[in-house]
Amino acid sequence: MLAEQAKPPASMDLDHRGRDWYTDKAIAFLVFVGGISAVIFIIGIFVFITKEGLGFISGPLDVREFFGSPAWRPTSLREPTYGVLALIAGTASVTGLAMVVSVPFSLGAAIFIGEFATGRLREVLKVLVELLAAIPSVVWGFIGLSIMNPLIIDLFNVPVGLGVLNSGIILGLMAAPIMTTIAEDALKAVPDTYREAAEAMGATKWQVIFKVVLPAAKNGLVAAVLLGVGRGFGETMAVLMASGHSINIPTSPFDSVRALTATIAAELGETATGSEHYQALFTLGILLFVVTFIINLTADLVVRGAKKK
Amino acid sequence: MNHSDADKALAVEPSMFSATNLNAHNRRLQWLFRALFGLMTLILVIPVGVILAVLIVRGGPAISIEFLFSHPSDGMTAGGIFPALIGTMWLVAVALIASVPVGVAAAVYLSEYAPDNWLTRGINLAIINLAGVPSIVHALFGVGAFVIFAGFGTSILAASLTLAVMTLPVVIVATRESLQAVPLAFREACWNMGATRWQTIRTVVLPNAISGILTGVILEVSRTAGETAPIMFTGAAFFFPFLPLSVFDQTMAMSMHLFVISTAVPGVPDELKYGTALTLITLVLLMNAISITFRSYLRGKKKW
Repeated sequence: MLAEQAKPPASMDLDHRGRDWYTDKAIAFLVFVGGISAVIFIIGIFVFITKEGLGFISGPLDVREFFGSPAWRPTSLREPTYGVLALIAGTASVTGLAMVVSVPFSLGAAIFIGEFATGRLREVLKVLVELLAAIPSVVWGFIGLSIMNPLIIDLFNVPVGLGVLNSGIILGLMAAPIMTTIAEDALKAVPDTYREAAEAMGATKWQVIFKVVLPAAKNGLVAAVLLGVGRGFGETMAVLMASGHSINIPTSPFDSVRALTATIAAELGETATGSEHYQALFTLGILLFVVTFIINLTADLVVRGAKKK
Repeated sequence: MNHSDADKALAVEPSMFSATNLNAHNRRLQWLFRALFGLMTLILVIPVGVILAVLIVRGGPAISIEFLFSHPSDGMTAGGIFPALIGTMWLVAVALIASVPVGVAAAVYLSEYAPDNWLTRGINLAIINLAGVPSIVHALFGVGAFVIFAGFGTSILAASLTLAVMTLPVVIVATRESLQAVPLAFREACWNMGATRWQTIRTVVLPNAISGILTGVILEVSRTAGETAPIMFTGAAFFFPFLPLSVFDQTMAMSMHLFVISTAVPGVPDELKYGTALTLITLVLLMNAISITFRSYLRGKKKW
C-alpha cells in the first residue's frame, strides 16, 4: 500500500515515452526531411544536369572554342561546332537592355510605393505590381510576337520587330515586379527612427529619402537589382518568342539575337537522347545553373552583410 | 508708442512664419520627386491594363462555350482548346499533390523546429535558388531525373513533378509566413498543458495558419498553370487530341498550346491565338486575384 503510493502516477512520470512521444519524434523526422527537401532538390538539379552533360564536358568540349567562338552549329553534318559566344552576347544584350529599362522604373516605383504612397493607393499599386508578376512568360512572349512586333516595325520603320529591343522591353517588364517588391522590402526594413531623426532636423521628405533611407537600404537595393538580373538571365519563353532567335552578335537594338535559355528550349526537342548535341545543351544548362547560383548567392551575401551592420 | 513702429512690428510678423524662398524651393522639389516617382510607378503598372485590354478586345470575340469545350481541328487552325484546358488541370492537380505536403513540411520545419545554424541558412539559400534557377534548367532536370532516370517517360507525372519542384518555394514561403504569424503565446499555452510539439502544431499552429497556407497554394496554382518551359520536354505534347486517362499519358496544356499555335503552326487565325492567350491569362490572374483578396480579407480579420 505504502509502496504503491510512493510510486508517482503515470502522468507525473516526466520521462514517460508513450505513443504521443513516438509520434512526436516520427513527425519531427518527417518534417526535417521536408525541411531539407529544397537542399536535396538543388543538389539533385545539379547532379542530374551534370550527369546528362558530362559526356560533352569530358569529351568534345574545347573550352576555348566554347567561350570564344560565336559559331553554334550543333547540327552541321561535316563538323559541328559548339561556340556559345553569340548566345552569351544575345543573353547579355537582352538582359542588359532590360535592366537599363527597368532598374530606374523599378526603384522609382519602390520609392513611390514605400515612401510616398499611403493607404488605399499603396495597396492598389502593390496588387498591380503583383499582377504584373503573375502574367505567364508564354503570354509575354505572345505579346512580344503579336503586339510589340508590329508596333516596333511601324515606329522605327524596320523590316522585323523581333530582336534585342522587343525582348529587352518585355524582359524589363517581367523583371520589374521582383525588383520593385524586394527594393520596397529593403526600404521598409530601414527603421522609422532614422526617418524621424532626419525629419526632426528639418529635412524634407525627399531629403530624408535621398540622404537617409536610400543609403541605409543600399544593400537591399543592390540585392533587388541582382535578383532582377537573375530573372532576366534565366527567362526562357518570352526571350525565345520575342528575340527573333537568330545566332548573331548584335550591333543595333533591332538585331535579332538568340539567348542561352532559348537555345535549349528550341533545340532539345530535336535531339536524340545522349547525342553530342543533347549533351551540349545540358552543358548550357550547367552554365545557366552556375551563373544563377552565383547571382543568388551574391544577393544573399549582400543582404546578409546589410543585416550584420 | 509710435504708430508707425507698431505697424512695422506687425508687418514683420507674418513674414516670420510665411514660406521663405528655401521653403518654396523644397516644396517644389518635393512635389517634383513625388510626381516623378509616381509617374515611374504608373508606367510600370500601365502595361497590365493595356495588355489585358488588348487581349480582351481581340480575344474576347473568340471565347465561347464551344471554344472552351471543343477539340482543336483542321491542324489546330480552328476549333477549341478543351484538351489543353483539361491537360492544364491535370498538370496542376498532380503538381499540387506532390508539392503541397513537402512544402508545408518544409515550412513547419523552418518555422517550428529549425535552430539558427548553418543548415537552416543552407535551406533558406536553397529555397531562394530553387526559385531563381531558370525554368529551362528545371526542364533539363525534369528530363534527366523524371523522364529518363525514374523512367516515367514524357508523361503528366514527369511534367507535374518538374513543376512541383519548381513551385515548391512558393508554398514554403507562404506557409512559413503564415505559421510565423501565429503568436508564440498560443504555442506556449499549449506546451504548458503538456502537449508535445506535434500536438501543438496539429491542434494550435496549423489551424490558425490554414487560411494563409491556402493563399499560398492558390498562388502556386496560378504559377503552375502558366509555366511552359518545364513541361515542354517532360510531358506536354505539341498536339494530342485525346483527353489524358492516367498520369502516364502525355497531354496538351494551355501554355504549351499558346506557344505552339503562335510560333509553330502556320495559318492560325489571330482570333484563336488571342482567345487562347486571354483564357490562359484569365485563369492565372483569377487565381492570383482570389489569393490576394483572400489574403487582405484575412489580414483584416486577424485579432492578434
